[in-house]
Amino acid sequence: MTTIRKFIAGFWLDAVSLLVISAIFVVPFIFIVLTAAKTGPEAAQFEFSPPSQFLLLENISAVLEFGDRRMFLAMWNSLIITVGSITLIVLLSSAVAFVMQRRKDRMASLASSIILAGLIIPPAVVPTIFLLQEIGLYRTLLGLIMVQVAFTLPFATITLRAFMASIPREIDEAAIIDGASPLQVYFRVILPLLRPAIITVIVVSSVTIYNDFTGPLYFLPGRENVTVQLTMYSYISQFSSQWHLLFANVLVITIPPLIMFMFFQRQIVAGLTSGAIKG
Amino acid sequence: MKRLALFVVLLMALSISAVSAQESVSLTYLVDESQNSQDTAQALIDAFVAQNPNISITIESRPGGTEGDNIVKTRLATDDMTDIFFYNSGSLLQALNPAQTLVDLSDQPFIDNIVASFLPTVSQGDAIFGVPTGTGMGGGILYNKRVYEELGLSVPLTWEEFAANNAALLEAGISPVLATFGDTWTAQLFVLADYYNVEQAVPGFADAYTANEAKYVTTPAALAGFQYLQQGFEESWWQPDFATTRFEPGLELLANGEVAHYPMLTFALSTIAENFPDQVNDIGFFAQPGTSAEANGATIWMPAGTYIPQTTTGARLDAALQFLGFIASVEGVDAINAQVVPNGPYLIVGSILPDDVLPAVSDLAAYIDSGMSYPALEFVSPIKGPNLEQLCVAVGTGQMTPEEAAANYDLDVERQAQQLGLPGW
Amino acid sequence: MNHDLRPKSVLRTYPHWFYLPAAIVFGVFFLVPTLAAFYFSMTRWTLFDATYIGFDNYVRFFQDPQLTAGLRNTAIYAVMTSGLKVIISLPLAILLTSRLHLKSLLRGIIFFPVLVSTVAVGITFSVLMQPSQGLINTVLRALSLGAPDWLGNPSLALISVALVDVWKGLGIATVLFISGILSIPNDYFEAARLEGGAWVKFRYVILPLSRNAAFTVILLSFIGGLRTFDLIWTMTRGGPGFASDVLTSVIFKQYQAGFYGLSTAGNVILFILVTIIVYPLMRFFNRRELEEL
Repeated sequence: MTTIRKFIAGFWLDAVSLLVISAIFVVPFIFIVLTAAKTGPEAAQFEFSPPSQFLLLENISAVLEFGDRRMFLAMWNSLIITVGSITLIVLLSSAVAFVMQRRKDRMASLASSIILAGLIIPPAVVPTIFLLQEIGLYRTLLGLIMVQVAFTLPFATITLRAFMASIPREIDEAAIIDGASPLQVYFRVILPLLRPAIITVIVVSSVTIYNDFTGPLYFLPGRENVTVQLTMYSYISQFSSQWHLLFANVLVITIPPLIMFMFFQRQIVAGLTSGAIKG
Repeated sequence: MKRLALFVVLLMALSISAVSAQESVSLTYLVDESQNSQDTAQALIDAFVAQNPNISITIESRPGGTEGDNIVKTRLATDDMTDIFFYNSGSLLQALNPAQTLVDLSDQPFIDNIVASFLPTVSQGDAIFGVPTGTGMGGGILYNKRVYEELGLSVPLTWEEFAANNAALLEAGISPVLATFGDTWTAQLFVLADYYNVEQAVPGFADAYTANEAKYVTTPAALAGFQYLQQGFEESWWQPDFATTRFEPGLELLANGEVAHYPMLTFALSTIAENFPDQVNDIGFFAQPGTSAEANGATIWMPAGTYIPQTTTGARLDAALQFLGFIASVEGVDAINAQVVPNGPYLIVGSILPDDVLPAVSDLAAYIDSGMSYPALEFVSPIKGPNLEQLCVAVGTGQMTPEEAAANYDLDVERQAQQLGLPGW
Repeated sequence: MNHDLRPKSVLRTYPHWFYLPAAIVFGVFFLVPTLAAFYFSMTRWTLFDATYIGFDNYVRFFQDPQLTAGLRNTAIYAVMTSGLKVIISLPLAILLTSRLHLKSLLRGIIFFPVLVSTVAVGITFSVLMQPSQGLINTVLRALSLGAPDWLGNPSLALISVALVDVWKGLGIATVLFISGILSIPNDYFEAARLEGGAWVKFRYVILPLSRNAAFTVILLSFIGGLRTFDLIWTMTRGGPGFASDVLTSVIFKQYQAGFYGLSTAGNVILFILVTIIVYPLMRFFNRRELEEL
């Protein structure tokens, strides 16, 4: 009797939660899809209604074809920037996190003050443009990669360092006794153990870097350097009364994070929580 | 002997450039993404490339407004500009530091094809940097003639008459004035298009303003533009949703007669013609009225120019000059006319407007032909403060008084003058 | 702490040169421009040449009436977003750690907006918040709750953007609280169950023991709020007028106008301000954690 009542009560709680949460968090995404599937004039009505003709694929291909298929170039550039930055971020920050957590000396406290500063201080845009230009990296993918790495390092290091604390010292000490060199300890022992936290760093920073638009806009101008967010940004005014295309574009650029989300949801959530809160 | 050697060298140089011009050259042309600019650029390119198959030109788009200004500035400053680019003439060009960044065209033969009044707007000292691309424009009030006929209104010659028309419109349930503050640059027109009236009231204002001797806040005629914005807000002239309405959706309201007036540049006409071909003939133009019916005239915007940055050299420079020569020719004008509805007069010697121009354009032409026109302030002074658009929105949404906004704008102007390194600031 | 007593052979496993690659990249691409900003903020700068003008830019900046509004708005935005995120996400986290069957689905749904691009979110909500046709007002009108001009009303624009920010960032806050709650040992819940009902559980177990999570949420969203730019820029560009201008958008506008020196001065003011506010906050909230850093 009580179990049945509990089950029913649980059912209602489930149903209400699902309804409210979906209304707030899912409806905007359904709206994007619906609008992206409409004709131009219909989309401009801003109504939450099914399209009279389903033109989703047509609109998406119009967006992809737009401006000499600029979108494909943009996706390629975004991919290179994201993958390049992530690789460097993981290598550089895990090395720092490793030594910093294991060896709490003056260097470590200096590093942690600098990381703290890096976490809270916003970047100085104009001087960065000036610097990139002086060293010949302005308007290159490499230049933007370096900037993204520098901006993301503090977050990555702090996340990995927190996770590092949960790896018992005994493990590396055992490796040392076996005669492993520092690089061997780092690559063979620590990196594999850091995997969950590294996945978090990869997912979170790839989303941040992929979604960043001010970075590319100012450090990477030029037709051949366009990135995904930049196409979106320039379409805001270009499609100012073609809402169906604008939303088709929104939909296209939302697909990569969606894929990321479907595959890594558990790791993101688990990783984020283990990283951000330390016991 | 020496002279002969020089001559030979020159001849060789010429023949080399002639040879290299035969090789295929591809240029990139940075153009703002408004429909009008894109269509104009494309029409020019198509006609030019048909004549010069060895040259290809691709358009690269950039945003308009302050966003675009910034991109152009940064790219020039970092030697990263496209081979040729399209940009405003007048004070915005002055802010680009043209003497250090752009190719001087003053010794090019095609300069003679340009109407003389345009040249000061693309010059610094003796150097000339651009050719007029597209048409000049009028700044004033676009209005829906159908609405005027239905309500029996007539074109106002003074601001009082304008206000009276607006009161009648309100009574009839039609929003009198379109405000599209979602695109902030559109908010400036009451101030900028009032310059004809400022010049009538205070002759020589531009020079005094440039020399740091006249201020908006202390010149009643100049302050008037801000007061008009306040009046518009307080007397509910704006249509619903005015704070977020954007430029293109706004044009639909004007074309359909849901609003009667739009303080705007005539360049909006080609967009209306494209989106609402059936209604564009309902749209007329009148000058922004001032205090006196006798001195009623239009404020004129010069066409934007096409420029070559100093980073374009060699065969690309030759090709770019050739293209600029084409733009500054009657042929170039014909190419644009074939594709784009003209928004005002061309500034190329010998070009004429087609007979079937839009009604609003012939309204504008009437002011120009009768001598009742004057260039906007940004073409007679090198200084334009970058914050004007936001200040105008602030007044037009009731957040600032005209005096506060004008005082603020004077501060903005001072900053710009200092950045330009003008004397007297 | 400075006297590491472990044998040299162990310390050698943690060599200092592991810092080097990160230090170079971070130093060149972050620290150098940041320090250079202090110099350039005292110049009239065209990127071609910089004329030293002392503190003129700072004086200018503080004369600018936009700045006071920008400062106030930045504070409102940071306080509002961090406050709302805590207030909403804590009950949500409790709900999502209860015996709900759909909890993992619901967690996922709430988290997804975190991963979506700010530009995309900004565009979507500008349309949803459209005053006469937008979905939000259509629903509100159906419920007879009025139809505010979310982004067009100067006194509402900043709040509207802040609400979208909360919508987008709620996922992180909730996830942090969830993990905080899950890390509470079961004994406490058992004890609370014996002592009394749900209120006891909330007041004497969850609330005190998820303090750390709350601090993290507040701190993260506060820093994010002070530095916010993308969402404001895509939704209102600081408008109408200057109504939703925050420090970063003021700085950005000066930059767009080509006032590079002035803009950089604004940047330096922002560095200092953020440090002055966030650093004590960090100490106040989490002394122990800071020491551990």
